[in-house]
Amino acid sequence: MTTVLVVTSGKGGVGKTTSAAALSAALAQSGQNVVVVDFDVGLRNLDLVMGAQRRVVFDLINVVQGDAKLAQALIRDKRIDTLSLLPASQTRDKDALSAEGVERVIDQLREKFDWVVCDSPAGIERGATLAMRHADAAIVVTNPEVSSVRDSDRIIGLLDSKTARAEKGERIDKHLLLTRYDPVRAARGEMLKTEDVLEILSIPLLGIIPESELVLRSSNLGSPVTIGNPNSPPARAYFEAARRLRGETLVVSVPAQRRSLVGRLFGRRAVA
Amino acid sequence: MNLMGLFRRNTSAPVARERLQVLLAHERAFVGKSDLLAVLQEEIIQVIARHVTIDREKVQIKLDRGDPIATLEIDVEVPTAAAAAAAGGTKLGARPAMAGG
Repeated sequence: MTTVLVVTSGKGGVGKTTSAAALSAALAQSGQNVVVVDFDVGLRNLDLVMGAQRRVVFDLINVVQGDAKLAQALIRDKRIDTLSLLPASQTRDKDALSAEGVERVIDQLREKFDWVVCDSPAGIERGATLAMRHADAAIVVTNPEVSSVRDSDRIIGLLDSKTARAEKGERIDKHLLLTRYDPVRAARGEMLKTEDVLEILSIPLLGIIPESELVLRSSNLGSPVTIGNPNSPPARAYFEAARRLRGETLVVSVPAQRRSLVGRLFGRRAVA
Repeated sequence: MNLMGLFRRNTSAPVARERLQVLLAHERAFVGKSDLLAVLQEEIIQVIARHVTIDREKVQIKLDRGDPIATLEIDVEVPTAAAAAAAGGTKLGARPAMAGG
């Protein structure tokens, strides 16, 4: 059975696209057929983060409007053959997305894939509401920071009221993905702790992605961290989150980079 | 007291947590419902205005979220013919109770 999963947050810049790419790659590496759909029409970036920017010919809008077949617009990842990307249009705007067109595309994708991951744009406007519209489950990406937590709360409200499932009186599974988490600063009381965010938002925790320089490095290179640095702490956190999505019960921990005292003093990573 | 104690006065996370809790408790109660009040007010005024002349400025609507019931209070001043000349008016009060909370 296919799961349509929306990656959303309300606030911009918290790591939706990064997380959508890394989680999709992690799911695909476990043998699942995954497509990740960029809903950020006019500001597409998933193609760039996944290193497929030069292979885009047709996009979501072309398929929604019937100008291209779905198969023509899907880009298969060169590294993982069970991973595909459906890019957003860069030249159009969100008004080009029709509700019926999106529904038709999602239905077609359900027939081909095990997971349809919808990368939502920031905000609560049309693009974001259409991205969540047909979701069975949602990942709410949140930074341990007041504005992000507040926006996540608002998005959770929308997931419970504006999705097709909610309107039918059905449940939508919501998961919290805490990104850019710094356990040292949280322990010092400088950053909201995981428990604080969980208590405020009251949705189950999917994973904690530690703040890591490797995340920027992977988008620089166009290679999601779960492909480019699969043993790094953020990649391990994404792999664990992907396993939880598939129904495994794992204790959530914050994967850490082992550092020796000397490594810490000189800011270099010790051999892990 | 350990070394961390020296930094404790600088901790801002508990403040963030408390500010969020207070704010969200308020927002959760009102988001999506502030519209409801405006819509109710407009529609109620329209219905009454169809039958009697009222002063749109003299309509008050109040929603009180209590447990276990919430009350919707609508206060409409209906000026009588005499009151048009003199100041003041008759008060027509309506207090339908809304189920839920």
